[in-house]
Amino acid sequence: MTKFALSPDREKHVEEILSRYPNRQAACIPVLHLCQEQNGWISDDVVAWVAARLDLSAAHVKGVVTFYTLFNKEPVGKHQVWVCRTLSCALRGADEILHHCEKRLGIHVGQTTKDGKVTLRTAECLASCGTAPMIQVDKDYYENLTTAEVDRILDRLIK
Amino acid sequence: MLRQTTYLTKRYGVPEGWTLPVYERDGGYEQARRALSMPREALVEEMKAANIRGRGGAGFPMGVKWSFMPWPPKPEKPHYLVINADEGEPGTFKDRTIMELDPHAVVEGCIIGCFGIGAHAAYIYVRDELHLSKARLWGAIKEARAKGYLGAKPFGIDYPVEVYVHTGAGAYICGEETSLLNSLEGKRGEPRLKPPFPAQSGAFGMPTTVNNLETIAAVPVALAMGGDAFSKLSDLHDQKDGGCRLYGVSGHVNTPGVFEACVGLTLRELIYDLGGGVKGGELLGVIPGGSSCPILRPDETVNAPDPKSPLHRWHGKNVLDVPMGVETYRALGTMLGTCCAIVLNKNTDIVLAMHNLMRFYRHESCGQCTPCREGSAWLFRILDRMVHGEATMEELDRLHEIADNIMGNTICAFGEGTAMPALGFLRKYRKEFEEHVRTKGKSGTGRLAL
Repeated sequence: MTKFALSPDREKHVEEILSRYPNRQAACIPVLHLCQEQNGWISDDVVAWVAARLDLSAAHVKGVVTFYTLFNKEPVGKHQVWVCRTLSCALRGADEILHHCEKRLGIHVGQTTKDGKVTLRTAECLASCGTAPMIQVDKDYYENLTTAEVDRILDRLIK
Repeated sequence: MLRQTTYLTKRYGVPEGWTLPVYERDGGYEQARRALSMPREALVEEMKAANIRGRGGAGFPMGVKWSFMPWPPKPEKPHYLVINADEGEPGTFKDRTIMELDPHAVVEGCIIGCFGIGAHAAYIYVRDELHLSKARLWGAIKEARAKGYLGAKPFGIDYPVEVYVHTGAGAYICGEETSLLNSLEGKRGEPRLKPPFPAQSGAFGMPTTVNNLETIAAVPVALAMGGDAFSKLSDLHDQKDGGCRLYGVSGHVNTPGVFEACVGLTLRELIYDLGGGVKGGELLGVIPGGSSCPILRPDETVNAPDPKSPLHRWHGKNVLDVPMGVETYRALGTMLGTCCAIVLNKNTDIVLAMHNLMRFYRHESCGQCTPCREGSAWLFRILDRMVHGEATMEELDRLHEIADNIMGNTICAFGEGTAMPALGFLRKYRKEFEEHVRTKGKSGTGRLAL
């Protein structure tokens, strides 16, 4: 038995998702997103729950989870800061933005601040090349950044 | 000749331009209504005449693709329309603007597309990162459904159409059509062997057409104008490369952004007229259409003495003055891709630029084929050593060898997408690479940003 369960309103959302597809397997990624929204990351409990809910093997679900970058395989901070450093952003100063984030947060890429508030990560192209450099904080894009603006954004997150 | 247009970007910057009232004020959904009462053959013929080449990179004629669908559809084998909005190619950011600023054009395109290929459901596959895009698309779908433009009887016509947004979870490879289909089916996004092509066996094993998002958004415009008139907007109408499209420019230019113009814009116009010119000095090179397209040097000239070459008209001219088209760019030894150029100026360290791109490909290789998985990592490791001044001349040559061995040895085009730009960098900037190795990196500027 798995310890994980979706909240009733999210469970209703699963039904709606299932209605979009001709089979249950197709709901795998959207349902994993729902679970991650609630749990913060995809634990083995979540994998087992999704597998049972969609009539899939746990191995299949685990395989999907490990394939995609956006599924967290371990707990993450309350906020996630993604710095895009692919070429268009790098040409406009992404590396400086990234180093600035590391310095301000006192952590390296991939780490979470001690208070659990922020996880710093790098992204491979977020389709924001014309407004580089940019970062994504949780669901929001911040574009045409300077280090001063990065400071203001991070201040709001860690205060 | 710079010919900017506003057929696709009419509602960009308009307050609430993404809502139904604004879209309908501009005649929105009239074409979908009309299409549903046209004979299917006439619709497909109109699209063939429009000569819309796929805007996702491969440049396949859209109308021809629609005509590949088995006809008539069998009841036990429903057709599907899948829209590729998994925009993840470095330098490419045009589709996002459509989803955010004009999502109804996508929904209307989907209704017409569904009818054209005999489908009753369309899935728009969007990257999960694009939260605003997803919200705007869902918003448009909801509005259209509330008005009765989607559902069991769109516009009161007995042809059910549903449109859904499906999200990925962060994998560039899912922009490849067969791995996109696997991802849609709830699997790992690994590419499938072709054949069978999606038109025979695509989403859920059923006949499927996969169109790029900009391609489908151009459909209502092309239908309104008439296929032939739309095609003739283009400078390359005679090469069956029609209409207008979105161009992006990023990197070292003064005004990066997305612009709309007729097909046949030149790189020089894109960089200097629309992009406001090169920032901070002279041009070192341009990656023309997303990072998979081999880089062009500004001192290259066209060599096409053969009158049969699609480039013959521009023989002896600078490459920057060749109209950007599917056939012209193929003949130049690069690709048009998504028409989103990345500009590098003279202060850019070319080794660092290639290092940056190869890091991307190493990260994004799905791992299914050994030449791609191992090759992309190996390319990156050598470049990493080169950046740190540790690589030898022998390793520089090995880069060629590794890239050559990826070409043609993988299931999907990701392998070529890695190897071709790598070879482009190495061949066109051989001197710079040699200098870099010889001086242990001291001849490079060590910088990407200005």
